[in-house]
Amino acid sequence: MGLLEVKDVNKRFGGLQALGDVNLSVAENTVHAIIGPNGAGKSTLLNCLVGKLIPDTGSVMFAGQSVLGRKPFEINQMGISRVFQTPEIFGDLTVFENMMIPLFAKRDGAFRMHAFEAVTDEADLIDEAERMLAEVNMLEKRDFHAGSLSRGDKRRLEMAMCLIQRPKLLLLDEPTAGMARADTNNTIDLLKEIKSKRDITMCIIEHDMHVVFSLADRITVLAQGTPLVEDTPENIKGHPKVKEAYLGEAA
Amino acid sequence: MTDQTQSAPAQRPAATSPDTRRRGATLGLAPRDLGLFLFVAGLTLCAPFLLNPFPADSSLAQFNAGYPDLMQRFVIFGIFAIGFNILFGLTGYLSFGHAAFLGVGSYAGVWMFKLIGMDVLPAIAASVITAGLFSVVIGYVSLRRSGIYFSILTLAFAQMCFALAYSVLTPITGGETGLQLSLSDPRILGAAASASGNIPVPSLFGVEMRETTDLRLGAWSFSLNVGYYFCAAVMLVAFYLAIRLFRSPFGMMLRAVKSNQQRLYYTGLNARPYTLGAFVISGMYAGLAGGLMVSMDPLAGAERMQWTASGEVVLMTILGGAGTLIGPVLGAGVIKYFENIFSKLNDSVLHGWFAFLPDGLENFVVAIVHPFVGKGWHLTLGLMFMAVVIFLPGGLVEGGQRLSRLFRRKSGPETRSTNDTPAE
Amino acid sequence: MDAIILQILNGLDKGSAYALIALGLTLIFGTLGVVNFAHGALFMIGAFCAVTLSRLIESSRTVIDESRTDFLGNPMEVQVPYVVDWFGESGGAFLIDWAVPLSILFAIPIMITIGWIMERGLIKHFYKRPHADQILVTFGLAIVLQEIIKYFYGANPIPTPAPSAFQGSFDFGVLLGFDPLTILYPYWRLVYFAFAALIIGGVFAFLQFTTFGMVVRAGMADRETVGLLGINIDRRFTIMFGIAAAVAGLAGVMYTPINPPNYHMGMDFLVLSFVVVVVGGMGSLPGAVLAGFLLGILESFASMREVIDLIPGINQVIIYLVAILILLTRPRGLMGRKGVMEE
Repeated sequence: MGLLEVKDVNKRFGGLQALGDVNLSVAENTVHAIIGPNGAGKSTLLNCLVGKLIPDTGSVMFAGQSVLGRKPFEINQMGISRVFQTPEIFGDLTVFENMMIPLFAKRDGAFRMHAFEAVTDEADLIDEAERMLAEVNMLEKRDFHAGSLSRGDKRRLEMAMCLIQRPKLLLLDEPTAGMARADTNNTIDLLKEIKSKRDITMCIIEHDMHVVFSLADRITVLAQGTPLVEDTPENIKGHPKVKEAYLGEAA
Repeated sequence: MTDQTQSAPAQRPAATSPDTRRRGATLGLAPRDLGLFLFVAGLTLCAPFLLNPFPADSSLAQFNAGYPDLMQRFVIFGIFAIGFNILFGLTGYLSFGHAAFLGVGSYAGVWMFKLIGMDVLPAIAASVITAGLFSVVIGYVSLRRSGIYFSILTLAFAQMCFALAYSVLTPITGGETGLQLSLSDPRILGAAASASGNIPVPSLFGVEMRETTDLRLGAWSFSLNVGYYFCAAVMLVAFYLAIRLFRSPFGMMLRAVKSNQQRLYYTGLNARPYTLGAFVISGMYAGLAGGLMVSMDPLAGAERMQWTASGEVVLMTILGGAGTLIGPVLGAGVIKYFENIFSKLNDSVLHGWFAFLPDGLENFVVAIVHPFVGKGWHLTLGLMFMAVVIFLPGGLVEGGQRLSRLFRRKSGPETRSTNDTPAE
Repeated sequence: MDAIILQILNGLDKGSAYALIALGLTLIFGTLGVVNFAHGALFMIGAFCAVTLSRLIESSRTVIDESRTDFLGNPMEVQVPYVVDWFGESGGAFLIDWAVPLSILFAIPIMITIGWIMERGLIKHFYKRPHADQILVTFGLAIVLQEIIKYFYGANPIPTPAPSAFQGSFDFGVLLGFDPLTILYPYWRLVYFAFAALIIGGVFAFLQFTTFGMVVRAGMADRETVGLLGINIDRRFTIMFGIAAAVAGLAGVMYTPINPPNYHMGMDFLVLSFVVVVVGGMGSLPGAVLAGFLLGILESFASMREVIDLIPGINQVIIYLVAILILLTRPRGLMGRKGVMEE
């Protein structure tokens, strides 16, 4: 039984079958990549996992509990964090405050009326935030406005914000989209480092084969809303069905 | 005068910057905030003197603002604006119906005077609680939408309150004439009438709010009014609580709501109760202001709830600097000063000023200035408002910061850049 | 039955005003993405165009009529309007009588100019700013415009009558087979409704059947793509702003006989017009028109004696109540498009 179990998920948008009978099992402590050409339904699938969309049929179980019908913040509280395609951070807040918010969310839950305590009194949380910033090499930018960071720094900050909550599952939506090769390689190294330091399950939606083959333990290939194959990177590389899906019907 | 809530933090490359560590916190405030608080406290305490800088009989005496009625309004509207800023400045939700809470608070206060007695404390408590209840209901509904829809919803609610108070609810609100005290009110815990047979006046433990001591020092005259000092004390408490709220995790969450709601949801936080909390707190501040208003003058009218009154508090907050601590207080002061002093200027005063000019020029200058003062002060206000939104979106506080930066740059060339954006 | 017809008719003129203002508001919002709180002020300025023109037409010189004497026995001073000098007795009288409809010709260029100045001078700098800033700056502008009008025209309402041909009421009841005098409807309100219908039809036809309108509609749907096609959207949107200003202004001109204009009439109408736009659906032109008439008629129904007796005060709050209900159940309004002004 995997950490994340997707069973027979279907999703239609009007006449378009975005997802058809998707089955997926992400084992604990692995890096699972979902790849597929544009329009294969990768993003739709991801949105079904985080509560943004609700599938028409099927079930999505996380650590033995259903995520369906729950709001994004409830799903996060269950232990799923999400990294967006373009980094979503609190641009008007400082880097340090960006780190404190997920810590408060982890400790105090979805809402707590701590209106007359001071942020500066939370010595433990501050230490934890600074340790995490040090780990992603951003401590010297602690008091910068997050909105003024470079794109690469924003990406690192967003990952740090997700990791500091110690999620059981980290979902990454095309983490290297739009990046130059050098940045892409940095991101791959960062993810490898993250994985080596802690027990974490990652699910990566990706376009770039280079990233996928460097990181993934298992790969699911999605085409036209349906999983084609699921296998190890070695086996996927030469798989005829994958070639067909990527090179199109011409092959 | 400046505070750091909205502005970019100064360059601090140090790994552990001292400001975010609790160090020497007094009253639970960081040294910088404490300084700001003491500064405001000093200003309000000395206001009767600071606002009367001109001798009582001089021609400039009309610029004196140190009379009780006006000073009370400074601090009361200061409270209103501080509260509005907690909602708008932190979360970015622009309410166009906040005057409704002020009005509801006023009515509740007058009813306490009518039913219980003339002590101001129960009246103010009732104002805050009633306004709080109203804001729970209105906030719960309005906050289901955001952006312009939220503004329109709050506007619709406030206009509804206004229309009802003006017409159907006349038995409760006094309708067009407003809600007034009368000799036949029960006042179960106090006298129905004063010793002289008049309607009693609001008081705190027997000290009347209108009691004023006039202090004459040479040509200068200062009035020390009980009501003003009571309002000032309440405002300082309100201001202190606002500082604490700004620096709390709750305040940080509210800024996060403004910055990126999507990220907030995916970080496991529910934005709705946070915004509702801010809405209710700011509604209670408005109720408090309404309660103080009737404590100074026990009369409540429906026009207090009209949407132009809501616009006024928006104006104060923006003018001072939304999202900053001191801004709303400044904005409220400036606008109330303009309203009271500038609206009193008339042509004969203007002629007095410009008498030193040759006749033709004098008349010309007076004709130019005339539309902007006296009855036309709203025009000045509107122009100021536009200028602030266009050129100084951060309000007067940002203006002050820019000026001081300019000043520093001139005095010390080594502090070249105060920009915190790293080179990429 | 006759009471119901009467209420529908009563709602039409207010509904027409709502619809015309809301049409301009939503046009500006849909094309420029700007929330314009100064739109009510344009309505007000239009009304004062009518006031100005009727004053201009009535401006006169004083002549001493030796043949008559006043009550002190001095020769009588008579005011002779210049138009009487120029166009003769009957021509002059006709012009004075018809001042309000004539103001339409006068108001169109003025309103377009004001709209153009507003857009180029102020609004265009706010396209990229948050909606809150747009609301605030146009709110400030509305205050300024209304204070300027107050400075020149004073604070009191200025009665501006309709041409004498349209004074009096039309007996609708007879037309529909009811007893005479059951459904009386002032002629001018009928004219106002017809005028509003004409303007609304004109705007729709313009957007539907001209190339210009097609580009504007495409721009409302997807601004970037149309911009990429090498079409200068901004210039067309400026013209759209002028048209929206003219529509609001004309609504104001024709409204003067119904309600004597005062300097704050714009603000009074603005709040309700915004509610109308939101109910209709932000950025939807048919929605604005539909909601305008719907709310106008609803308001007049709520003002019926029987309804007020049943629910006191309902006439004061019905529009807001409906707006709140619609916003909560249909977030996009009656005919709103997806993705407009949503988070």
